[in-house]
Amino acid sequence: MADEKRVIIVGGGLAGLMGAITACENGLSVDLVSYVPVRRSHSVCAQGGINGAVNTMGEGDSPDFHFDDTIYGGDFLANQAMVRDMCYDAPKVIYLMDRMGVTFNRTAEGLLDFRRFGGTLFNRTAFAGATTGQQLIYALDEGVRSWEAQGKVRKFEHHSFQSIIKDGNNNCRGVVLTDQYTMESFALKANAVAMCTGGIGSIFGKTTNSVICTGSAASRLYQQGVWYANGEFLQIHPTAIPGTDKNRLISESVRGEGGRVWVPKKAGDPRPGRDIPVNERWYFLEEKYPAYGNLVPRDVAARELFDTCVNQGLGVGGRWEVYLDVSHIPHATLHAKLAGVLEIYEKFMGEDPYTNPMRVFPAMHYTMGGIYIGYGTETSRKGDLPGHWDHYQHMSNVNGLFAGGEADYQYHGANRLGANSLLSCLWAGRVLGPQMAKYLEANSSLGDCSDSEASSHVQEQETAYGAVRKMTGSENAFRLQEELNEYMTKYCTVVRVNADLQKLDAKLDELLDRWEAVGLHDSSTSSNQELIYIRELRDRLLLSKVICRGALERNESRGAHYKPEFPTRNDADWLKTTIASFDGTRNPQFSYENVDISLIPPRERSYKAASHGGQESK
Amino acid sequence: MAQTVRVKVRRQDEPGAKSYWQEFDVPYTQGMNALTCLQEIQKNPVTVSGQAVAPVVWESACLEEVCGACSMRINGIPRQGCSFLVLDPQKPLTLEPMSKFPVVRDLIIDRSRMFQALLDSHSWIDIDGTHDLGPGPRQSPKDQSWMYVLSRCMTCGCCLDACPQVNEKSDFVGASVISQVRLFNAHPSGKMHADKRLDYLMQPGGIVDCGNAQNCVKVCPKEIPLTQSIAEMGKQTLAYGFKRFASKPDLEM
Repeated sequence: MADEKRVIIVGGGLAGLMGAITACENGLSVDLVSYVPVRRSHSVCAQGGINGAVNTMGEGDSPDFHFDDTIYGGDFLANQAMVRDMCYDAPKVIYLMDRMGVTFNRTAEGLLDFRRFGGTLFNRTAFAGATTGQQLIYALDEGVRSWEAQGKVRKFEHHSFQSIIKDGNNNCRGVVLTDQYTMESFALKANAVAMCTGGIGSIFGKTTNSVICTGSAASRLYQQGVWYANGEFLQIHPTAIPGTDKNRLISESVRGEGGRVWVPKKAGDPRPGRDIPVNERWYFLEEKYPAYGNLVPRDVAARELFDTCVNQGLGVGGRWEVYLDVSHIPHATLHAKLAGVLEIYEKFMGEDPYTNPMRVFPAMHYTMGGIYIGYGTETSRKGDLPGHWDHYQHMSNVNGLFAGGEADYQYHGANRLGANSLLSCLWAGRVLGPQMAKYLEANSSLGDCSDSEASSHVQEQETAYGAVRKMTGSENAFRLQEELNEYMTKYCTVVRVNADLQKLDAKLDELLDRWEAVGLHDSSTSSNQELIYIRELRDRLLLSKVICRGALERNESRGAHYKPEFPTRNDADWLKTTIASFDGTRNPQFSYENVDISLIPPRERSYKAASHGGQESK
Repeated sequence: MAQTVRVKVRRQDEPGAKSYWQEFDVPYTQGMNALTCLQEIQKNPVTVSGQAVAPVVWESACLEEVCGACSMRINGIPRQGCSFLVLDPQKPLTLEPMSKFPVVRDLIIDRSRMFQALLDSHSWIDIDGTHDLGPGPRQSPKDQSWMYVLSRCMTCGCCLDACPQVNEKSDFVGASVISQVRLFNAHPSGKMHADKRLDYLMQPGGIVDCGNAQNCVKVCPKEIPLTQSIAEMGKQTLAYGFKRFASKPDLEM
């Protein structure tokens, strides 16, 4: 008899770890699965902070303003009820992390310090230097360890998710994993599984994401019939430093602390940035957006940077770079609040950002789309929500399969506001534990998944690995990946043109064909990364189809999805969630669902002036 | 022909197997780092002698020196592969797995002992639950600033690798966990459970095994003042040891 109180959480970032803790608090035992030791999950890369309207700065901020900023920032594509719940919970989440020992920056009075981020006029972002994500995940990693010490959490680190075990009645009954060291595949059984597997950055190659954000888990789920929503919505972060292996993030908090974006007024000005006088600098964001200035939301900033460099040819030295300048800010302030990120710039660019303007350009950063999940009946506005199977919050269209964090599609709509990602991950984790407990209790008659069901799912994976082991073609998977990255970045990021998307779609078909001709160089049965990678590459290609074709279909501009051919938002036709489902072919099937706009009526989105949804603004 | 970098890699096929060296020439690009070299080998896994081999395997995640995954010995020194820039393509690059941990394969090592140490040392802040209990204890900006530095430890293992006291004949836990204990014992609510952590540091393999070589602080990629932490915990364990000794009879009732 299996342990009916056991759940599986795949992914040990903020959402997964918080989910593990709340699951334990709800009397469940947790099998925690991770590609890497959980402490190394991609959440460590989050720099700037976490939003919550604590209003310790006396600005009159409130969760309602936070809610409005988030919905408006997301260009009204986010379902509203759960966003409101998240914003109301945000101050409590920050206090909880404070209690767990996160070394948040402090005010003179010993309270939590808050700074400004994009898309808001309030100081709403709590932070721990410029490595907030790292500090949050360490506190949670340690918190989970306290449950591990009690025998409530079993970790499966260095394990790669392969598939869910799905029975004939659309119930999730467990997962199949591959041990990355021994290469053995095996099943774990549980009737509730939460996928907290993060974003899909590897599809774009050089991004701000960690290399472990492979996109494979999301794609495998999609290939098993799990719906994938709003795939075409991806966040391009305006300020990253281009590198040979990845583009490293320069946090929005740099602008929150007063960093200014500019280019030389004279195209191709050969002088070093620090030698160019202020009156010969064009602070284009401040000029175009007087209310928000350098802190316009990321989609707006990325488009402006792109336009300045690519269309106007005003990039630094004629290149695709703009200056992000903090050299006017006192050294001590920079050190106390931004040292972590400035250190990254210095280490990788070999230039001192305390005295030289940094050179940055937009890069793929965050996956707004993701696994389709329900709202649940516990949200503040039940009854008037779209969706038709809304029994459990964060549960996908497969019973017992939950998702949270960057892996799901909720909360951020068409554009995520800075410092809302850590919040949405932690909030999802707070929801997951109680929801899984509730689901298991209501479905206790399901019993244990049969051994034959589990072993047939393991066998499927063994067969797939066996096929790759026989691949002897001339194509190199790592090189195919580079071609995928190049095309996706070129045609499916800041600007999207239908003719280009069609070219991209044809390229994806070509790469899927060429994938069949990949050769495996590594025949080892120990830590065979190439074997895993080749299968993941195909997963990425199929998920790229969802992104590309979803973008092709959506003939409007909304948030991060910008089509010059259709430059305005079209609520009449496109105020809809995109839902992609897999029918066994390369091309996804799309359906569309209305968005919950029950709380804030959609209005025109412009950051030229302050906007608080008609409410009294400060 | 484009400029290349010579990369020498110490390889090992599986746990317990003998290691051997292979050399590769990879195309040089400006700004490349040690991991970019390994990525180039993946794209063309052929040695300088023209032998087609399995691509080298290694651990990595963030590539910006905050996750701690890609520790390896580069030119003999333990450090993060991602932040080691190849500045001079003329100079060969030597990559080896760190030497104080079991090798899984090639540059992948098993650092589970470090996570076990965090578990055994009660390295967490106890909370009564995740329900709403209001804000945490107030802290001064001054305390935050030094505690933040300690809390940036990535569990990367460089300090253990560089430490002469960490070897097959010793159980020494190494500098990182000692510094973590200092962090948790300084926290306003963490200090309520300081004794548990001090007990851990006073076990065999604990703080007295430090030989004061001070290598740890030199190799720490986050510049954590590890030797200060060890000195501070030396004081705390000493004081606690006296207290424990002196108070023991009274406790036995």
